[in-house]
Amino acid sequence: MNPDFLDFEQPIAELEAKINELRFAGDEGGVNIAEEVEKLEEKTRSLTKSIFSKLTPWQVSQLARHPKRPYTQDYIDQLITDFQELHGDRAYADDAAIIGGIGRFNNQPVVIIGHQKGRDTTEKVRRNFGMPRPEGYRKALRLMQLAERFRLPILTFIDTPGAYPGVGAEERNQSEAIARNLREMARFSVPIICTVIGEGGSGGALAIGVGDHVMMLEYSTYSVISPEGCASILWKSAEKAADAAAAMGITSSRLKELGLIDEIIPEPLGGAHRGFEETSQNLANALDAALKKIGHFPQNELLERRYQRLMGYGHFAG
Amino acid sequence: MSWFEKLMPSRIRTEATSEKRKVPEGLWHKCDKCDSVLYRAELERNLEVCPKCTHHMRIGGRKRLEIFLDAEPREEIGVDIEPVDILKFKDSKKYKDRISAAQKATGEKDALITMKGRVLKVPLVAGAFDFAFMGGSMGAVVGERFVTAANVCLNENLPLVIFSASGGARMQEALFSLMQMAKTSAALAKMREKGLPFISVLTDPTMGGVSASFATLGDVIFAEPNALIGFAGPRVIEQTVRETLPDGFQRSEFLLEHGAIDRIVDRRSMREEVAILLSMLMRLAPPEKEEKKSPIPETEVEQEAET
Repeated sequence: MNPDFLDFEQPIAELEAKINELRFAGDEGGVNIAEEVEKLEEKTRSLTKSIFSKLTPWQVSQLARHPKRPYTQDYIDQLITDFQELHGDRAYADDAAIIGGIGRFNNQPVVIIGHQKGRDTTEKVRRNFGMPRPEGYRKALRLMQLAERFRLPILTFIDTPGAYPGVGAEERNQSEAIARNLREMARFSVPIICTVIGEGGSGGALAIGVGDHVMMLEYSTYSVISPEGCASILWKSAEKAADAAAAMGITSSRLKELGLIDEIIPEPLGGAHRGFEETSQNLANALDAALKKIGHFPQNELLERRYQRLMGYGHFAG
Repeated sequence: MSWFEKLMPSRIRTEATSEKRKVPEGLWHKCDKCDSVLYRAELERNLEVCPKCTHHMRIGGRKRLEIFLDAEPREEIGVDIEPVDILKFKDSKKYKDRISAAQKATGEKDALITMKGRVLKVPLVAGAFDFAFMGGSMGAVVGERFVTAANVCLNENLPLVIFSASGGARMQEALFSLMQMAKTSAALAKMREKGLPFISVLTDPTMGGVSASFATLGDVIFAEPNALIGFAGPRVIEQTVRETLPDGFQRSEFLLEHGAIDRIVDRRSMREEVAILLSMLMRLAPPEKEEKKSPIPETEVEQEAET
């Protein structure tokens, strides 16, 4: 099994392996097999298309967590110039699960905040698998306050399984760190653009997710609890994660339909990690358009618009 | 006959079997903490606080407001706001059926009840969660009732007091329930801008999405003794860190020690403590103090006084 491919992508992996074999054989024997390779490549494309045209919410959830998926730092490297990372909450620590800083997007100074996961084991541990502790949220708040003071738009990138459920995190009041961000983000008078780039895991995601324009990459997810968590509580079995993922409606298309997000940013065939350049270009275009649109609102209108948007969440009778 | 029963005067000594049948259902209650068998009426007079060990038992939302607010005037807010299941959510049961079952069991439409009223004559808006209603979980109705209550405060210059008792966000409303965290917190931002106090009272248990939104945003945060309060549930934390959690972890006393709450307040002094605090924050005259309610039945007190 090819670890770069998920379970449901294994047929694609097999075809790609075959293509590589043929190429290798072609080099060796000098036989012209270009036609054969082309045929197989076409087959791979149509197979990928067919697999990706009917992804289940659970499969999307796996894509959102794909180990090769681009993370916040990748998009910063690609889209932001003069980036200076700014560290620490000025009180306790610098949480590596959230990165933040100041930089230029299309030449415009902005403040950027995002969850960060790690690639290799050491990095994963250092980043705590993208699960922030309270100091991560407090650093984020500090940087957003900086943005407010110097009138810079805020771009946030969401990619976390959730806020870290640990002893120290509780001792340092994880709840309050999240809650305070929710309250403050509701009232900052600079534009806030939020993009879910991978996993939008619960309160830990929302804590940097209150804004004027909320977007999701096509194969990212956003949910109140992980499918596994939901399944183990409501179905009494984590095995039912696929059912839970479907019931909760965690995909970008479903959430757009429900009016919970504003925009879906398309990903190339096979997902963001199979076409990083294209994905970042799509993201850049969306961010640019959003900033232009939101930037037009006078402060009062911006605040009122955001407030009404927050007040509008939820369906009830009466 | 045991040695103890032999010691008892014969007029007290009765056959346990014949006596048991005469005791009506629910006349006695066993304290979950100290196992003392308590006289139901006495327990009620003591606001469901064990007279032996002061364990604060969980109480329903309506009962909470009943013992907290002055008898008059009271006006319920947001009664018409009722749950709908727009996701057609179904796990092992349909969400619709879970709502009906919870409504039947509690007599409430949803997990938060809010009222305009007074405490020791200090005017306010108060709300209380009903943990018996789907674990006091926060969905769209809870969020909307919270905001409606906050709006009454904003329009009429009143303080807000909310008693939380909740497992967190309501999973059956999926991302809509998560957004209630942002919604309620935003309403509190408005109250803050207008200089209206929000007193958050944490009761057993206050967890997850409720704890990580309005409940920890009080200008002043009170907690009842020994209430479980936290972001992640103890079981989840244990699974993550793979160690046993210390005694008292995530209890009110632990939170006080770590600087997360302002005061631990006994339920029996809650009315007075809230009224005193609010009267100062709202720059009103000091409230008239309440006569201390004695856990001893009044008739016995009178008899003692006569002899």
